[in-house]
Amino acid sequence: MMVFVFVLALFLGVELINKVPSQLHTPLMSGSNAISGITLVGALIAASSDTAVGSVLGVLALVFATVNVVGGYLVTDRMLQMFKPRSGPEQ
Amino acid sequence: MALELAYVVAAVLFILGIKMLGRAETARRGNVVSAGGMLVAVVATLVSGGMAWTWIVVGLVVGGAVGTVAARTVQMTAMPELVALLNGSGGLASMLVATAEWWGQPVGSPLRNVAIVLAIWVGSIAASGSVMAWGKLAGRVPGRSVRLPAHAFVSVALFVASLAAAVVFVWPLPSGLMALALGVLVVTALVLGVTQVLPIGGADMPIVVSLLNASSGLAASMAGFVLDNSALVVAGSLVGASGFILTDIMCRSMNRSLANVLFGGLSAAPSGSAKVEGDVQPIGMEDAYYILEAAANVVVVPGYGMAVAQAQHAVRELAEQLEANGAEVRYAIHPVAGRMPGHMNVLLAEANVAYEQLVEPDDVNPTMDTVDVAIVIGANDVVNPAAREDAGSPLYGMPILNVDEARTTFVLKRSMNPGFSGVQNPLFVKPNTRMLFGDAKETVTALVSEFKNA
Repeated sequence: MMVFVFVLALFLGVELINKVPSQLHTPLMSGSNAISGITLVGALIAASSDTAVGSVLGVLALVFATVNVVGGYLVTDRMLQMFKPRSGPEQ
Repeated sequence: MALELAYVVAAVLFILGIKMLGRAETARRGNVVSAGGMLVAVVATLVSGGMAWTWIVVGLVVGGAVGTVAARTVQMTAMPELVALLNGSGGLASMLVATAEWWGQPVGSPLRNVAIVLAIWVGSIAASGSVMAWGKLAGRVPGRSVRLPAHAFVSVALFVASLAAAVVFVWPLPSGLMALALGVLVVTALVLGVTQVLPIGGADMPIVVSLLNASSGLAASMAGFVLDNSALVVAGSLVGASGFILTDIMCRSMNRSLANVLFGGLSAAPSGSAKVEGDVQPIGMEDAYYILEAAANVVVVPGYGMAVAQAQHAVRELAEQLEANGAEVRYAIHPVAGRMPGHMNVLLAEANVAYEQLVEPDDVNPTMDTVDVAIVIGANDVVNPAAREDAGSPLYGMPILNVDEARTTFVLKRSMNPGFSGVQNPLFVKPNTRMLFGDAKETVTALVSEFKNA
């Protein structure tokens, strides 16, 4: 069942990205990179595991995943905020 | 059930977010929508119960603080470095999640074991490969192609060792052997990440960065299989697929296959190009000004050199002077100019250049003969006519910006050294090319003052 979901999502990802103009490649990449921080959800579960080693690994994963998520979304927003059409406000 | 529903909502928000990210008008909102999806997934997981709150708060605060500071303080010119590092932390997190899950429950189905192996393998390669890419982009590691003694042999040996460890791990075995196999897998994968990125030259970095992006997504997806968590599987595979598409676009923009980038080719053989004959014609600031002053149609072609010189603001100023003088100014952006996909676009956006002024090679090439002046700023391979004319050139077949067809071409360049690929550029000796030697920012600023003092 999960494999089915996996394959469908792969195809969807290909369809979504195929026609993106090249000027948006960087924000698209850093924005989708932030989504790959979804592993944060896995880290939450791992950090709450019963074994000490599992918890330590989980908390480490949590830190790295949070850096990925928070850093990724914020920096994407910072970039996109600079993209302006000609009619847009100057400076 | 409620958790699954929340994950469905999160997945829908991710999909909508990515879709909106693909259009300039909606991109910023798309990013917010996608962040909303992340919030839904995280909050739903947190309230599902059984959480070790103390450690979770510590992890979220530490990670959040590091991420916030990094995102807020990074220079726009250092964006490729940051994106590489973020890819790496995502990959590392997925690898750690899979390891932690295996530790908590070492016995599982073969399918679960395969997912653990893949999450750890791909995640580790993404992590060490990204650190390596960061090192190259930040200048801590030589940006050119670096080859160790017996490089190919070492890579193959590492790969075989990885594969053997993976097979041992998936086989139903006592957990002591599994742990050993896991250790070998992690170490070989981490070293493989380094040895795979080390020989890749700076000009191929856009491909490497997008491939690492795909890997971090794939690793998250595999971790999702380990946890039997649909949110990770869906979001991870979306990112994996989009990263691979981006990688493919980058490869096609260089007319190269992914295998060629990863396993040598151009970076291994920079010698194949023909010797370029002819004299370069330098031009003084004042003469350059007179030509620009008379131009009605100007195309600016930025490259990595513009980023290095931090010249984007000066370039925009020059464009404004030209426009005030009645010229039409466009910026022609090659998809692989710079060190990550869309690198030039970000820098020009930072300098307040409107995105309507940015054009792609297919839009500008057919009318290049109507361009009075093409100003090449720190770009080299993407304007090298050998890609069109010299079948023996390693660049042959790569779609380029045909600036040599413009009436006059200015090339701003620090020196006559060849570009990152080490390939000679016959553009520099064409009869209608004029060289402006020096730091790109100083040269452009000097041209701006010529206009102001006129």
